[in-house]
Amino acid sequence: MSDIETELRPIVLHGRGVVGGVAEGETLVTRETISGWGGVNAMTGTVIESRHELKGTSFAGKVLVFPGAKGSSGWSGVFHTARLAGTAPLAMVFTTMTTKVALGCVVMRVPSVVDLDRDPFTLIESGDRVRVDGDAGTVTIWKRER
Amino acid sequence: MVALTEAERAMADGAEGAAVAKAMDLLIRYADALGAERFVETNNVAGVPGSSTPWLKNYYRADGGDYRAIFSRFDLDSDEVVDVPRMNAFSCHLQGGMDPSLWRDQGMTEAQHDNFVYDEGQVAAHGIQVLKTCTPYLAGNVPVMGEHCAWMESSAVVFCNSVIGGRTNCEGRESTSAAMLAKRIPDWGFHRDEYRRGQNRVRVEVPVDDIFDWGMLGYFTGDAVQDTIPVLDGAIGAPSLIRHKHFGAAAASSGGVEMYHMVGITPEAPTIEAAFGGAAHGEVFVYDKAARARTYEQLNAVGSNTDVDFVMLGCPHYSVEQIAEAARLIEGRRVSANSELWIFTSRAVKATADASGYTRILSAAGAKLMTDTCSSISQAVPPGTRVAALDSAKQVHYLPAIMGIEGWYGTTADCIDAACTGKWNGRLVA
Repeated sequence: MSDIETELRPIVLHGRGVVGGVAEGETLVTRETISGWGGVNAMTGTVIESRHELKGTSFAGKVLVFPGAKGSSGWSGVFHTARLAGTAPLAMVFTTMTTKVALGCVVMRVPSVVDLDRDPFTLIESGDRVRVDGDAGTVTIWKRER
Repeated sequence: MVALTEAERAMADGAEGAAVAKAMDLLIRYADALGAERFVETNNVAGVPGSSTPWLKNYYRADGGDYRAIFSRFDLDSDEVVDVPRMNAFSCHLQGGMDPSLWRDQGMTEAQHDNFVYDEGQVAAHGIQVLKTCTPYLAGNVPVMGEHCAWMESSAVVFCNSVIGGRTNCEGRESTSAAMLAKRIPDWGFHRDEYRRGQNRVRVEVPVDDIFDWGMLGYFTGDAVQDTIPVLDGAIGAPSLIRHKHFGAAAASSGGVEMYHMVGITPEAPTIEAAFGGAAHGEVFVYDKAARARTYEQLNAVGSNTDVDFVMLGCPHYSVEQIAEAARLIEGRRVSANSELWIFTSRAVKATADASGYTRILSAAGAKLMTDTCSSISQAVPPGTRVAALDSAKQVHYLPAIMGIEGWYGTTADCIDAACTGKWNGRLVA
């Protein structure tokens, strides 16, 4: 098999579905946890936390790949508001389960997957196309041509 | 899939009405997201049920835009609007958006105040206690050891788990509102023994024996252990409620600590072995003189201008002991013409402060004793504020970032002095 064929073959990660449904789109990846209240502007879907590597970037309509939630218990409320404002992520892939992120995924009603069999941060880069299947608990990755 | 008891199945099927069925539907989705296998019963719930901004009311205007619509569609995440009865669990409303009488000083409009009055009337009418504080344990809701609770507010959650030995995760608005109706919360995380064991160790090698130092140790601890459970031992001075309150709030802000153990001090840590519950001791972090100095610098990194125009105390909400101390420090002095001093507490504690004469002393000195909220929650500071002085590591973590101002961290005495002189003179005393 040539290198090119390897590049084009999608990578499939297996994990546990948190919220069901299927969504496909472009990823936004961060290795830093995200604060809801005080860390995100729900009206624009933009990360506002000082010193966050995504500061000024919006996750609206993207598949958000991140370690999980931190900060205030207002996390779900902020992401819930983002859903109403039309700025929620398309799907969520994360690595550390907490009550904040679980409730946030539920009220955002977006396909979400956790507990993957391989490290998503080494396999997914911002801009890659992925399909998140919350029913099967899988993440399918097509690497962006670079 | 979460297993349901007969009673829970009946609630989900509507035996106790549509609102309880919607609450169970949300809680089942939440339990399945967590991977919880069952629910625990709770009769102690603290959240922000149904309180909403005009934006949210307007969003649901087609559904009536009223409390019923907000509680159904947002709090219960329901696709249809249902009648919302009185809550079934002992339910408490945490902090709110403005002071009930000094709201004009906080820059609120008549319309915002009307919205606040409407929501509060609805909260009371639904059988929810109007505590309006981030410190429910100082205002009429003190859990006991082993009690299953469903609380929001990170500083209250860490206090409940660590200091009292109550059991709660850091819940959100929707899960607490649903728990108020269904009296259930997923049996996951801090409700379970195996989750409450220490994971990393903090060895305290410099004496930590006042509230200012407990706050700094908390900020250091959160930064070191992030969201794991620390076990602290060493030179920790006599514990008190206010020392724990500031330690926990700081650790929850800098790292996300939801429970800590202090050997020989907190109830689930009689010995270091008990605190770790047989598990490995993880990483060891040392809090020594150098770490203390670094933490002080970190907390004062957003301060450069020594002209202080605002001093805010009461994060988490002041206890009556702290209000008495502030009154003692300011009696006979006056807040500078170039500065303002706002002190935040709960309505219950303010009633005691009124009766004890502290409100009068503070007022005579030009300070304002406010309730319900704080400058971060309501995004309210005096007009033109550029530099704030704070005695809370949590507030200095949040307020300067939220309001785009400078901030200083110091002792309560440093802060009162700054309010009276308009100048910051705080420094770290060895």
